[in-house]
Amino acid sequence: MIGLEHYLTVAAALFVIGIFGLFLNRKNVIILLMSIELMLLSVNINLVAFSAHLGDLVGQIFTLFVLTVAAAEAAIGLAILVCFFRNRGTIAVEDVNVMKG
Amino acid sequence: MQADLNVILPEIILSVYAMAALLVVAYTGKDKFAGFLTWVTAGLFVVLALWIGVNGDGARSAFDGMFYDDGFSRFAKIVILVSAAAVLLMGQEYMQRRDILRFEYPLLIALATVGMMVMVSAGDLMVLYMGLELQSLSLYVVASLRRDSSKSTEAGLKYFVLGALSSGLLLYGASLTYGFAGTTLFSGILQAAEGQAPIGLLLGLVFVISGLAFKVSAVPFHMWTPDVYEGAPTPITAFFATAPKVAAMALFARVVHDAYGGVVGDWQQVVALLSVLSMFLGAIAAIGQRDIKRLMAYSSIAHMGYALMGLAAGSLFGVQAMLEYMVIYVTMNIGAFAFILTLERDGQPVTDIDSLNMYSRTHPGRALAMLVLMFSLAGVPPMLGFFGKIFVLKAAFDAGLAWLAIAGVIASVIAAFYYLRIVYFMYFGEEREPLGAGRSPVLWVFLMVPAAIMVVGIVNFFGIEGVAEAAAASLVK
Repeated sequence: MIGLEHYLTVAAALFVIGIFGLFLNRKNVIILLMSIELMLLSVNINLVAFSAHLGDLVGQIFTLFVLTVAAAEAAIGLAILVCFFRNRGTIAVEDVNVMKG
Repeated sequence: MQADLNVILPEIILSVYAMAALLVVAYTGKDKFAGFLTWVTAGLFVVLALWIGVNGDGARSAFDGMFYDDGFSRFAKIVILVSAAAVLLMGQEYMQRRDILRFEYPLLIALATVGMMVMVSAGDLMVLYMGLELQSLSLYVVASLRRDSSKSTEAGLKYFVLGALSSGLLLYGASLTYGFAGTTLFSGILQAAEGQAPIGLLLGLVFVISGLAFKVSAVPFHMWTPDVYEGAPTPITAFFATAPKVAAMALFARVVHDAYGGVVGDWQQVVALLSVLSMFLGAIAAIGQRDIKRLMAYSSIAHMGYALMGLAAGSLFGVQAMLEYMVIYVTMNIGAFAFILTLERDGQPVTDIDSLNMYSRTHPGRALAMLVLMFSLAGVPPMLGFFGKIFVLKAAFDAGLAWLAIAGVIASVIAAFYYLRIVYFMYFGEEREPLGAGRSPVLWVFLMVPAAIMVVGIVNFFGIEGVAEAAAASLVK
């Protein structure tokens, strides 16, 4: 029997993979965008699982909002990335270093 | 339904304006209307601020408690609208001269402002999230507005990646909160967290706080701030340093008091830790900076530490002190950035601190105004910034956080070093090639008025105290 805990565990695992993808990735900014998407989608699993468990629809409505915002976020991220590529000719993470901080 | 829509009328007007103007301008004149549009947008901000200030009365809520219109949100909205209008007007001439004033700029700022107004009124996790994202998404674009500059696009990229990470953290916390409270309404979460809160709810609280700490750039979530401040064009940096900070702090206060007001002891320690780390990192890391925009970034990190100190008190007076601190902080920053915007040599913007050497000889009036602002930022009596600090220190002290108040005093002494160094350069540095100064009367006004407020305001704070107290009372029950 698959219960709430299983869904939450999967979501937590995906979320942590997303965070690690952001911090450990040294290669490509596209991978950063994928990691961000992974984090948002793991939240969606959480919300839908809770929604089903509680018998309450709000969680699923929240999920729809998150999906919409995630799409807008990806569009803006890619647009900024294209501008960055035009200026620098590279999208490697280690080249994002004009300013050091 | 009609009553609900009446409550969010200011937001509706602003967003309809932004979308309609976007369509009209895209089909007709494009960038040649940009200057005009900037003035219209700023004018609309001021009109809305006046309307909210005059019309607002009592506490109302809309959409079954998802959206509040109370004294607290009105106070924050007025500060946000007025400071956004000021920053728009300040930057207009600077951007036009450098040919980066596009018609999207005032409209994106308008959309970001709608997002901020929704944030400070949020009574539900979904409304909070939508407001926060509307603000953040507009700001990512604004940060990389200068598409042909590698610095500006890099700032946008860094801001985007770290901002998205913070949204993810906040959202994960929101999902846990929803699961364990069974509702996304703040009032429902307040009931669920009463007495012994379930561990899942506290975990959610920690994630939500870390997400919000990113937005107010509190240590250890501050990494994006210096780079974004340095890379973005200066008028946009001025915007980042003012309105979004107010909105994020107000949202922070709203969440911890409205949703988690029953477990003050649990979040108090977290907020106090964020506060003390921010104050010290902001004070120490700014010492080595040579670029005045990076310096202002660390300065804003330190100032957020003080504002969080007021919040950490967890009391009515703490929220009041935080609101007053934010008003004073925003006024000082508008003045300081108006000064930075005037710095140029042969038409090129200059941001080196060294280039300020003997600035007082060529521009005594501006140097004096900057001296007042720097003293105020450092918290030197009798400037207004000193009283802002006194209020938050007193709030922390009254709440039994004496160690935090003492740490705040020590950090403020360290921070005074770099503010005074700017003054030293202006008055006693060695002579270099003098800086030119833009002739813009708008910038002159925005430099002189905040400086004058810092001196004159100590008489009665312009009555802000009573308004802030009423605003705080509507939040803390």
